[in-house]
Amino acid sequence: MEDLNKTPGLFKDVQEMVQSCIQCGTCSGSCLAASVMEHTPRHIWRLVQLGCKEDVLNSKSFIYCASCYYCTLRCPRGLPLTEAMAKLKEISAKSSQKKHKSSMDFYKYFVKSVCRHGRVNEVELMTNYLISTKNPVTSLKYAPLGMKLMGKGKLSFGNALKGNGVLDVLFAKVKEMEDRT
Amino acid sequence: MSYLYYPGCSLEGTSQEYNISTRALFSSLDISLNEIPEWTCCGASAAESVSYLLSLSLPARVLALAEKMDDCDQLLVPCSACYLNLKKVEEKVKKDPVLLENLNTILEAENLSLKNSTKVKHLLEVLSKDVGPDSIQKKTKKYLNGLTIAPYYGCQCLRPYPVFDDPEAPTSMEPLLKAVGVKVHQWNMGSKCCGASQMATKSDIAVKYVADILRAAKGADAIVTVCPMCQMNLEAYQEKVCSTAGEDLHTSILYLPQLLGIALGLSAKELGFDFNLAVSKGLRQKMVI
Ligand code: SF4
Ligand code: SF4
Repeated sequence: MEDLNKTPGLFKDVQEMVQSCIQCGTCSGSCLAASVMEHTPRHIWRLVQLGCKEDVLNSKSFIYCASCYYCTLRCPRGLPLTEAMAKLKEISAKSSQKKHKSSMDFYKYFVKSVCRHGRVNEVELMTNYLISTKNPVTSLKYAPLGMKLMGKGKLSFGNALKGNGVLDVLFAKVKEMEDRT
Repeated sequence: MSYLYYPGCSLEGTSQEYNISTRALFSSLDISLNEIPEWTCCGASAAESVSYLLSLSLPARVLALAEKMDDCDQLLVPCSACYLNLKKVEEKVKKDPVLLENLNTILEAENLSLKNSTKVKHLLEVLSKDVGPDSIQKKTKKYLNGLTIAPYYGCQCLRPYPVFDDPEAPTSMEPLLKAVGVKVHQWNMGSKCCGASQMATKSDIAVKYVADILRAAKGADAIVTVCPMCQMNLEAYQEKVCSTAGEDLHTSILYLPQLLGIALGLSAKELGFDFNLAVSKGLRQKMVI
């Protein structure tokens, strides 16, 4: 169930991260995704400062961040902006937000595959992701790539398996520590 | 000379040729790479979007395994996403003892511990700074005169930690390319973003980023990369990129160690060229491979 208030601490973290933003706009000017974002990075940080959590999470903005780190590099206040974008994605994932489900599913399936095998199983990841999008068009979009990689013998099916279960302890421990805070 | 070696997940699957060519190149440079036994995934760029603590714990586990190896404390990483994740832990833990304690609480459950004594190095840092263009030139058997190459650095080996190059106007590949006789294509796209995992989640936009990069490489015989994600985004979607842009943007894309390896006299087979998705016949002819 979608619940944007499930992790109130995380939004506070983002607020702290951008607290000293002076709205200079350097981040927006450096962001290659700004033109497709509903709110530019500078605007997102303003909304975050004002506590407009729903506005931020429901907008198509942070989801376009490609982690290029230009904004982080150039921000005159030295703010960790790429990490703040990632934290917004984390909030979206943890609140099972429907709006960004297909993007977040990719990250979730990635992490699941890692948890299961210790290493990423690319075939399993793409299969699960494409099934989850329930969109035959998306699957078809990737079909030529899949065929290309398959033809080259590049898709790894098996070698990730040797780590099976090896990360169970780490994942459990991380979860335990997160639940505590 | 020797380094600890972390190939990471991509180099075992979709970018085997990066692994193959890196190993072959270093072996012909008489540098041994000691792979961390039983290494696990660093979390790539996905873990951070799901859990911050997890995104630091996964690379911390890798560093803890590296510390158990006593041959050397320098870790060579070819994948830029892996590099950044590992570097992030190295840098953050230096400044944040509480974080180190938390990570150790997690690692203790598996009888592992982190002291943070490993120096994480990207492949490009090792080649450009530790090995250096002079040693490459001394070992060059086949000068690639007549080739013009566009060096593509991508994001995560440069930013946010500018360790070995200018994070906005990088040049560290240029002396290496010149050392083997290659002419460097002059462009300003070397440090721009390829779209990274947006190619999976928001492909329409990532396709535009890639089109801009390929267009700017016109005039060059190929683009060389130092990251499996950059390589894949630039090479694997060219049909779609061309049809969306409505122009012919086909470009050869290969890894830096593949190019240097050819100059050092290794064969195309030894450097994994069979696995490349976008190496044109014309380029092969020019390189005589
Ligand atoms: S660059 Fe930094 S200070 Fe300027 S608007 Fe962006 S976050 Fe605020
Ligand atoms: S890291 Fe994200 S938000 Fe910052 S400039 Fe790059 S794409 Fe934009």
